Amino acid sequence: MQKRSIVPIIYILFLMLPIYWLVAMSFKTTNEILSGFSLFPQTFTLENYATIFTDPSWYWGYINSIAYVSINTVISIAVALPAAYAFSRYRFLGDKQLFFWLLTNRMAPAAVFALPFFQLYSAVGLFDTHLAVALAHCLFNIPLAVWILEGFMGGIPKELDETAFVDGYSFPRFFATIFIPSIKAGVGVAAFFCFMFSWVELLLAKTLTAVAAKPIAATMTKTASSAGYELGLLAAAGTLTIIPGAIVIWFVRNYIAKGFAMGRV
Amino acid sequence: MKTENQKAWFFVLPVLLLVAFNALIPMMTVVNYSVQETFGDNVFFWQGLDWFQQILRSDRFHAALGRQFMFTFLILIIEVPLGIAIALSMPRSGFWVPVCLVLMALPMLIPWNVVGAMWNIFTLPDIGLLGYFLNHTLGINYDMTQDPVAAWVTIVTMDVWHWTSLVVLLSYAGLVSIPDAYYQAAKIDGASSWAVFRFIQLPKMKTVLTIAILLRFMDSFNIYTEPFVLTGGGPGNSTTLLSIDLVKIALGQFDLGPAAAMSLIYFAITLLVSWLFYTLMTKDDLN
Repeated sequence: MQKRSIVPIIYILFLMLPIYWLVAMSFKTTNEILSGFSLFPQTFTLENYATIFTDPSWYWGYINSIAYVSINTVISIAVALPAAYAFSRYRFLGDKQLFFWLLTNRMAPAAVFALPFFQLYSAVGLFDTHLAVALAHCLFNIPLAVWILEGFMGGIPKELDETAFVDGYSFPRFFATIFIPSIKAGVGVAAFFCFMFSWVELLLAKTLTAVAAKPIAATMTKTASSAGYELGLLAAAGTLTIIPGAIVIWFVRNYIAKGFAMGRV
Repeated sequence: MKTENQKAWFFVLPVLLLVAFNALIPMMTVVNYSVQETFGDNVFFWQGLDWFQQILRSDRFHAALGRQFMFTFLILIIEVPLGIAIALSMPRSGFWVPVCLVLMALPMLIPWNVVGAMWNIFTLPDIGLLGYFLNHTLGINYDMTQDPVAAWVTIVTMDVWHWTSLVVLLSYAGLVSIPDAYYQAAKIDGASSWAVFRFIQLPKMKTVLTIAILLRFMDSFNIYTEPFVLTGGGPGNSTTLLSIDLVKIALGQFDLGPAAAMSLIYFAITLLVSWLFYTLMTKDDLN
C-alpha cells in the first residue's frame, strides 16, 4: 500500500458519510430520529421499508421511474447508433453545425423548458404517460449518446467496414452482426449514461406527470406534507433510489473511466 | 479519412427529428411568450422587447446572476484541482481500482432531489451527523436555515460531494492512457514530479479536462433541484440561484413574459460562456 493512496481513501470516506447517514436513518423509527442523536439505529426497524413495499402509491413510483428510464434508454440508443456512425464515417453538408447544435441542447437549463414542455406534451395528448417523460429526456440523452458512441466508433478502423463490404455483406447485416458487436463496450457505456441522466432528472419528469406516471423522486415529496415530516420513510425511499444506479454501474465498471471520457482518450 | 456522402443525412434524420421536437417547439414557445403580455384566458398582447429591457435592468436579476456566477466560480475552483489531485494519487491498476471508481461514481447516480434530501438529513443541527458534529462536538454554531454563510458552505460542499468524481474519473481516464515509456524517459532525464505533471500528465489530460470543465460549468450554471430541495433559496434570498429565481417567476408568480425573456437571456449567457471556455481551451490545438 502506497502512502499516497490515503487521498482516495479519505475522499471515498467523505463520499460515503452522507450515504451512510441516509441508510442509518432508514432503519430508525420516527420516534428515535426525533428524540435525539444516535450514530447507529438503536431500535432497528424495517417498518419504513415495509410501508414502501406495501403501499401502491409508493412502489408504483419506482415502477414508473424504471419504465420511463428504460423506454428512454432504448429510444436514445436506437436512434443514436446510426447517427453516430454517420458522424464518425462520413462528411456531409452541415455535419459539424449539426453536431454542435446537438450538444448545445445539453446547455439549456431544464427550468427554461419546464412550462413549454408541459404545454407541448399536453397538446399532443401524452401528458402523464411514461412515453412523455422518455421522449422529453431524449433532449439531453440523444446528444450525449451520439457523442459517446461517435467517440467509441472513431476507435474502430475504417478497414473493418471496407473488408466486410468486399466480402459481400449488406450494410444492415454488417452493422448488426459485425459493427455493433465490435463497439459493444461503447453501447454499454452510452446506455449506462442514458439510464443515469434519465434516472436522476426530476424537474421535467415531475412537470410532465400527475398520477399515472409519477416518478419515485416526486412521490418522496409527499413525506413532507402528510402526517408531519417522516424522516425515516424519506430516508428509506431515498436509499432505494440508490440501488438501481449501483446495479447498473457494476456492469460497466471496467469501462467507467473511459466512458466518462466519452471514449475520447 | 472520412468520405463525402450526403445520404448520411438519412442516418441522422431520426435524431434530428426527435431532438428538434423537444428543442425547437418549446424554444419557439418561450420566444413567443417573451414578446407578449397576458392577463390569463389565453389572451395575449404584443409587448416587443420590453420584458428584455426590464429583466436586464432589474436588480433582482443582477443579484441572482451574481450569486450564480459566484457559485459556479467556487465549484470550478474547488472541484477541478481537487479532482486532478485525487486522480493523480490513484493507483493505475490493481484489484481495488474498479471498486474505487464504482464507489466514486455512486453520488452521481442518486436522483438530484434525493441528494438534496440526503444533505438536509445529514446537516440537521441536532439530529444530523454533520450538524450534530459541528454544533455539539466542535461547538461551532451551525444552522443553515438561519445563517447565509452556513447555507453557502453547505450547498458548495454538497456539490463538491456530488460532482468532484466526474473530474476524477475524466482525469483518471486521461492518466491511464499515458504509456509507461513516457515515465521511464522522464526518470532517465531526472525530471521532478512537478515537471512530469506539467509536461507529461497535464498535456495528456487536456482533452478530458476540457470536457470536465465544460460539463461542470454547464451543469453548475444550470443547477436547480439540489439547492432548491436543500435550502429552498434561503435564508432570505441568499442561495436563490438563477434557475431557482426563474422557476419562482414562471411557476410561482406565473409571470410568463418576464420568465420567458429571462430564460432566453439565461440560455444566451450559458451558450456564450461555454463557447468562450471552449475556444480558450482549444486555442492551442488550432495553431
